[in-house]
Amino acid sequence: MSSRVESLVASGHVAEIATAVRGGQVRAREVVECYLDRIAKHDGTLGCYLRVDADGARRRGDGVDAALASGATVGPLAGVPIGIKDIFCTEGIETTCASKILKGFIPPYESTVTARLSAAGAIGLGKLNMDEFAMGSSNENSAFGPVRNPWDPARVPGGSSGGSAAAVAAGLCAASLGTDTGGSIRQPAALCGVTGVKATYGRVSRWGVIAFASSLDHPGPFGRTIRDAAWMLSAIAGYDPNDSTSIAAPVGNYVQACAGGVSGLRVGVPEEYFSVGLEPEIESAVRAAVETIRQAGATVVPVSLPHTRYAVAAYYLISTAEAASNLARYDGIRYGHRATNVGSLEELYARTRGEGFGSEPKRRIMLGTYVLRSGYYDAYYGKAQRVRRLITNDFQAAFADCDVIATPTSPISAFKIGEKISDPLALYLADVYTVGPSLAGLPALSQPCGFSSAGLPIGWQLIAPPLGEETLFRVGGAYEAATSWHQRRPRALFGTEVVA
Amino acid sequence: MSRITIKEVEELATLSRLQLEGDEAERMRGELEAVLSYIDAIQALDTTGVEPLTHAVGFPCPLREDELEPSLPIEAVLANAPRKDDRFFEVPRIVPKSDGRTEKTGGTR
Amino acid sequence: MSIADVLSRWEPVIGLEVHVQLATKTKIFSPSSAAFGIAPNGATDPLVLALPGTLPRLNRAAVDMAIRLGLAVGGRVRPECRFSRKHYFYPDLPKGYQISQFDEPIVEGGGIEFLFEGKPHRVALTRIHMEEDAGKNIHASDGRSLVDYNRAGVPLCEVVSEPDLRSAEEAAEYVRALRVLVRTLGICDGNMEEGSLRCDANVSIRPRGTVPYGTRAELKNINSFKNVKDAVTHEIFRQAALLERGEKIVQETRLWDANRGVSQSMRSKEDAHDYRYFPEPDLPPIHVDEAWLADARSRLPELPMARMARYQQTLGLPEQDAVVLSAEREIGGYFDAALAHPGMKDLGKRLANWVMNELLARVTDPRELVDANLPIPPANLAELVTLVEKGTVSGKLGKEVFAKMWDERLTASAIVERDGLAQVSDSGELEGICVQVVAANPDEVARFRAGDKKLQGFFVGQIMKQTGGKANPKAVSEILGRLLK
Ligand SMILES: [Mg+2]
Ligand SMILES: [Zn+2]
Repeated sequence: MSSRVESLVASGHVAEIATAVRGGQVRAREVVECYLDRIAKHDGTLGCYLRVDADGARRRGDGVDAALASGATVGPLAGVPIGIKDIFCTEGIETTCASKILKGFIPPYESTVTARLSAAGAIGLGKLNMDEFAMGSSNENSAFGPVRNPWDPARVPGGSSGGSAAAVAAGLCAASLGTDTGGSIRQPAALCGVTGVKATYGRVSRWGVIAFASSLDHPGPFGRTIRDAAWMLSAIAGYDPNDSTSIAAPVGNYVQACAGGVSGLRVGVPEEYFSVGLEPEIESAVRAAVETIRQAGATVVPVSLPHTRYAVAAYYLISTAEAASNLARYDGIRYGHRATNVGSLEELYARTRGEGFGSEPKRRIMLGTYVLRSGYYDAYYGKAQRVRRLITNDFQAAFADCDVIATPTSPISAFKIGEKISDPLALYLADVYTVGPSLAGLPALSQPCGFSSAGLPIGWQLIAPPLGEETLFRVGGAYEAATSWHQRRPRALFGTEVVA
Repeated sequence: MSRITIKEVEELATLSRLQLEGDEAERMRGELEAVLSYIDAIQALDTTGVEPLTHAVGFPCPLREDELEPSLPIEAVLANAPRKDDRFFEVPRIVPKSDGRTEKTGGTR
Repeated sequence: MSIADVLSRWEPVIGLEVHVQLATKTKIFSPSSAAFGIAPNGATDPLVLALPGTLPRLNRAAVDMAIRLGLAVGGRVRPECRFSRKHYFYPDLPKGYQISQFDEPIVEGGGIEFLFEGKPHRVALTRIHMEEDAGKNIHASDGRSLVDYNRAGVPLCEVVSEPDLRSAEEAAEYVRALRVLVRTLGICDGNMEEGSLRCDANVSIRPRGTVPYGTRAELKNINSFKNVKDAVTHEIFRQAALLERGEKIVQETRLWDANRGVSQSMRSKEDAHDYRYFPEPDLPPIHVDEAWLADARSRLPELPMARMARYQQTLGLPEQDAVVLSAEREIGGYFDAALAHPGMKDLGKRLANWVMNELLARVTDPRELVDANLPIPPANLAELVTLVEKGTVSGKLGKEVFAKMWDERLTASAIVERDGLAQVSDSGELEGICVQVVAANPDEVARFRAGDKKLQGFFVGQIMKQTGGKANPKAVSEILGRLLK
């Protein structure tokens, strides 16, 4: 392995890898091999990948090299190895959503997002671990074992896209795909020290993304840096007729926006997002980040999001109701796990689902069934949708006074595996800062903004109005230009703490 | 405070087609009760006159033209099926009948 | 206990829910075929199979058909309607929920109009909503069931009537009228045996002269007009017998078994009716604007009741004829096509007679009338009617000509020419025959002249015999009049 490839992979920048491959400085196949080596070396400990498609990745790498050798034009991400959360259907490649109930399921079709990445030349290395059906924020709910945080393997990487965040942080792929329903991209990005973006609801297609809560599910990318995330989002965003909630508006120039600067931008800071339960080190890191952006030319204004305290309740009502519905199809008839030796249809359903689902999906199915029962709709689901309107209105009002809102991503940094597993409610409450933008369908990202005294990453969240992705990238780009948190690496995995 | 009884948990499990094993029902009872108690705080908020928000996007449903695309080939249709018979998916007998006659039931509600 | 007996004490209250399969090419939410008769599971796609990650995409044609139906029944087409998910577990329902409409259906109100007991009648509708069909469970005799998902996702309109029907006959006529309507609109093929039109009936009874509704039972699986009548009648009996024994009616769903002529309770779990509806998050609300409505309205064909009125008012047809000719889309269509030929407007009744007495006698399914292989297309019938009217062929021979046209697929004029069936109107030739007949029957001539005018028929008969029936009756009576003076 040439040191050139190794240093490329250590820095792991999407654009640099693509440029080097396109320019012939490295071969795509070499880059793939380097990542496969790293996976072989480190993933036994970390558990990021559920499935590594080494042969497929090598084949696609060779394909890129052959195309370049023949003078054919290649996509903007040609030769960039990525990881794919196991919630995206990949044709011919087992897709389980980290659930026993989908073990062995091989989709006959491809998700729009993964198809677009392939078309852009990106090379899928394999399928990434996650919380079962994207339910969780610690990745301890995977049926196939937890993912460990690259900064401290005793700790969780966050979730539900824990494998996607950890794989990027550990250099086991250059970038990755995740999904965010109530914070499942942003929270693990914060806990793993990488950048994660959830675009406007409808900006990235859900076709082929296994549904958790349909009105809240947002596919999106992870990258080491804001530009990596911008490259990835550029490749996957845009109208898709297969998704009836897909937005037809043109896609912005996210990469260019990273260099757009923040002069004239108004950054809103909602006091409701700096409340009880927020770790002091996180609060001071986020406030310092706001100050950095102010110094870079933005103005800072206080805003108010008064219904924030109802957001977690509304989120869990809506998401569990939709989840109970979306998970009704897992019946052991057409695909997936099926109980054996059943005597009746009722037994087939109850045992297949009882055996196939882990405790978190079961809990949420039960809760969702409860809130949709006849007689309960108005008090629960109907009420939650009205609260969802109020929360959306809060953001709309706030955006009259500012262009982007800055908050902490998570009130807590990465905790120990097993520490909170017996108290589901406590973990639900930790979603407090991410569920608001989810309910309102707003674009939001999490970006590294510091480290705790325990050496754990801290992230801040930026929220923009609908289709305001470019504003997010402007702020994120300006912040990276002024700081170096994004260059930090877990020493055990890179042999160094900072990569330029 | 929402009180959830074990009986309610069992009803929910039946309605959700989830077989609960061992102490699962009892554990679930406590967890559901805790979460619902928290969620109940939402009832304090007055939402009179507030229009429910069902979709985060503001545009109407797009419409697909009535143009035929090929079916999935039958091998792909059945490839993931745990049990199949010829071109069919197989399930246990749906309506237990004493006389074993062949009949068709079901249909759309 | 006779039905009349039962009905003297109890008044039935019946509401019908008819599922109308829409005649689209593809499914309501995905692009695989909606056709009937494809090999099991050979008309599926990832969405139909409810593969994880699939999303519904609404078929414009299905919405358009629902709009046309709504306009045809005079209902209100909502400017905004939406889909909801209706949950239940059943192997033929791949997603574990049916995408249906709940609180915001596409059409509200309206009514189905038809002649009932000789009088114009209207049954009010509550609503019409769109939804997807389920697949089919096939029950093998060895204790397993097999599932075919071809039908899952075929678009349906569920037409829900008010509980305004008061007899089994009225219910059957209502379904018949609805079938004619959807076939006239071209939105459903109406094949009840293929399940294109399926009926559920909500039946309750109450003591005559009382107002509150009794407890109702929902009858499912009613697949023919006869079934509608039989199932409802059976249910009225069943409920009356229970109530008269002092027992209670249980609110339940019952499955009609047409073979055995009985219904059977489908009640299984206490959760059967907790469908846990909520708005379908994968489909934003559907907007139907004025332009769409106006366009759909402009594409509505003449509706059965209007056609019936036109036949009576502008053609002067008797009601009976108008009913027959407008009873099926294809009959009216055939009749109108023939009517469009020159001269036919004034011969409406004659044409109607030919259609009803000759054509329909040879057709078992009205759809044969629009078949390209129909032996007598409308133009050819119009020609025959013209030939008879002009006297080229006699009315009696005309029937023979019709039979030959049907069997040999030839035009009337071709047959008349080939077989020399044209009436003999040439006075020279006829005169000769008449003279001959008169001369050959002196006794009859004498009796006729003596006043036995009934013998006119004898002479005409003799002349017809001589001419092989081709003599023009008018000319014959004119000549005979002269010769027998
Ligand atoms: Mg119904
Ligand atoms: Zn229905």
